[in-house]
Amino acid sequence: MVHAVLSEVVQDSRGRLLAALIANLRDFQLAEDSMQDALASALVHWRRSGIPANPTGWLLQTARRKAIDRLRMSRNFDNKSAQYAHLLKLDQADAEEESEQEIPDERLRLIFTCCHPALDPKTRIALTLRTLGGLTTAEIARAFLDREPAMAQRLVRARHKIAKSGVPFRIPEGDQWAERLNSVLSVIYLIFNEGYAATKGDRQIRVDLCEEAIFLAQLIAELRADQPEVDGLLALMLMIHARRHARATPDGALIPIEDQDRTAWDQPMIAQGIKLIETSLLRGSLGPYQLQAAIQAVHSEALHFHTTRWHEILGLYDLLVQFDGSAIVKLNRCVALSYVDGPEAALQSSQDLDVELAEYQPYHAARAAFYHRAKRHSLAVQSYDRAIDLCDNNSATAFLVEKRRDAKKEAEQMLGL
Amino acid sequence: MKYLALIYSAPGSNPDYGTPEFAASMEEWNKVNQTYIDAGVMVSGDALQDVATATSIRIRDGKTETMDGPFAETKEQLGGYYLLDCADLDEAIKYAAMIPAARYGTVEVRPIMDLG
Repeated sequence: MVHAVLSEVVQDSRGRLLAALIANLRDFQLAEDSMQDALASALVHWRRSGIPANPTGWLLQTARRKAIDRLRMSRNFDNKSAQYAHLLKLDQADAEEESEQEIPDERLRLIFTCCHPALDPKTRIALTLRTLGGLTTAEIARAFLDREPAMAQRLVRARHKIAKSGVPFRIPEGDQWAERLNSVLSVIYLIFNEGYAATKGDRQIRVDLCEEAIFLAQLIAELRADQPEVDGLLALMLMIHARRHARATPDGALIPIEDQDRTAWDQPMIAQGIKLIETSLLRGSLGPYQLQAAIQAVHSEALHFHTTRWHEILGLYDLLVQFDGSAIVKLNRCVALSYVDGPEAALQSSQDLDVELAEYQPYHAARAAFYHRAKRHSLAVQSYDRAIDLCDNNSATAFLVEKRRDAKKEAEQMLGL
Repeated sequence: MKYLALIYSAPGSNPDYGTPEFAASMEEWNKVNQTYIDAGVMVSGDALQDVATATSIRIRDGKTETMDGPFAETKEQLGGYYLLDCADLDEAIKYAAMIPAARYGTVEVRPIMDLG
């Protein structure tokens, strides 16, 4: 019983508690350790004296006291230290007010700290998942195919760097806001993509990571309303995640959007995404996430693949290229072009990307599909071969191998073999 | 908090002495110095003689070994430093980014260890 209540409190409030603790302690590692102490203590005390009226408040207060103990026991303890004095004062205030009030939400500050550009991108992802999401170190290690001790070490190093190098615990302002928000959004989108399109291993969809990413974007949208790009990213992820039941066979093989059973799409989630992106576009401040969401909205609104409004998608890609002129965005534009002006036009247009995307599996897979549709079968087979060589995801490889077999068969039929 | 900004660049990447570019660059460095002083973050800052003047020293088995050259041979070499007193890393990054060499070399920002 106590265990169940505690798990629920942890599930609902872990990020919020940890954020409040870090705000008080200014020390990630101490906050994390004190929180563990408080959870262990809760199991003992709640069993003995019953579950407190305000379990989260109890945990926060206990964790602070555990932090005071830890500071006292530390090797170079100085009872005049500012950190210690600050904690004692907070503890006293708590006792006087019976700690009934709501814990202030410090998670927005925390996410900006976790996604600080002074941290390595992979570390930002891991630290955000560990601190604000509900993932354990072991789960994060599994998601990134790292060994758990290596991931734990990465997290320890990150907390050490934040403490020692003066990474501020602050929401950036002024001209820093847009740039730093972008860093946060890209961390969230990387988490989502890691879940959506695992580059290695067997499971194509790792729902956990996708849901964590959606949760984080919702959190930011809730804590700082009316940010067009936040809503854009959230809408984008919702509409992609809405296809989770349609995009793989039961044995995990990938199903591309053209072959998906659209009745399996999560319509309430799509509606939520479309509503978000429509409201966001009305604010008149375009950005790359909003444009990608708008593209997904057009896909989501098509009842069948062949009724997709490709002209609209191509127009949106033309706008997106202005924000993000990367070769990958240009490749996606070529896919849209192939449905507007035909595969030959797409082959021509994607030619320029050949050097930059030489090692990029989806480039060769897309070229193969263009050749295939243009009935240039032997070139299609060659491109499929190149894509298969570069692919390290089993279900995507299986998909490409099957497509290659089709192209080969069609080539032989044309030759009358 | 104090931060050491270590300034690295490849030899020859900064303008040659006596050229108009050199004069413009000196003016830029002076402007940066003044910005730091006005903002109250400047503790100290110096340029170093070139890496050919470096001597590296270590003691092994009680004997002093002296070597001609820098600690590590790298393409970008340490050419100077600033010691800045800033509120936090964001401020340190903001000021370090003003160093002209950041455009053709690399500036490494390291917090000074607080032993007090």
